[in-house]
Amino acid sequence: MSSDTNPIRDAIAEAIRDNKTILFMKGNPEAPACGFSARTVAALQALDAPFAAVDILPDPRIRQELSAISNWPTIPQLFFEGELVGGCDIVMEMFESGELAETLGLEQPAAAPVAVPDAGGSAPLGIENRLS
Amino acid sequence: MPTTDEIKRRIEAAIPESTAEVEDWTGTGDHLRATVVSPAFAGLSRIAQHRLVYDVFGAEIGGPIHALSLTTRVPEQA
Repeated sequence: MSSDTNPIRDAIAEAIRDNKTILFMKGNPEAPACGFSARTVAALQALDAPFAAVDILPDPRIRQELSAISNWPTIPQLFFEGELVGGCDIVMEMFESGELAETLGLEQPAAAPVAVPDAGGSAPLGIENRLS
Repeated sequence: MPTTDEIKRRIEAAIPESTAEVEDWTGTGDHLRATVVSPAFAGLSRIAQHRLVYDVFGAEIGGPIHALSLTTRVPEQA
């Protein structure tokens, strides 16, 4: 079962390495497929945080390999500069306390309501599309 | 699917001196929310605190336990 080549794990590790802020989620920022992913996206968008997003749903191995890398069982997972920041609960706690903005090097808006914002730019990365 | 009582008992059995409150968010048993207070969390990052709780359930998270939302705290100093 174990093999030296694990293209999905490599692609995930590369995506984490190459994107300063990256969110692994269900669905994409324009159409989150789970409430926890939606709330996490809304917090990032409320801070105007630029982030890459990966939809883990297209292939169950993405989630499996991601959790193996991060030692974190749930989705979403937010990474900043290669480090796991947290899942929805931690990201929301950090957003509400202002720590999220601080961690991401952003300014916390004066009033920070997590309304469902307009879909912001970031196009989803397709891990599964990069596998040949 | 484990009940909220079972989740509570397992967390309290596994994490030293912990108290856990577990509620069923949706009434359907698939989105549970737990607040866990334990001195074992002292000095740990939130990530490490949550990992201690998730580790109680291993692969059940995302399987039989669809979603377990966590808040972790160190007990307030007397």
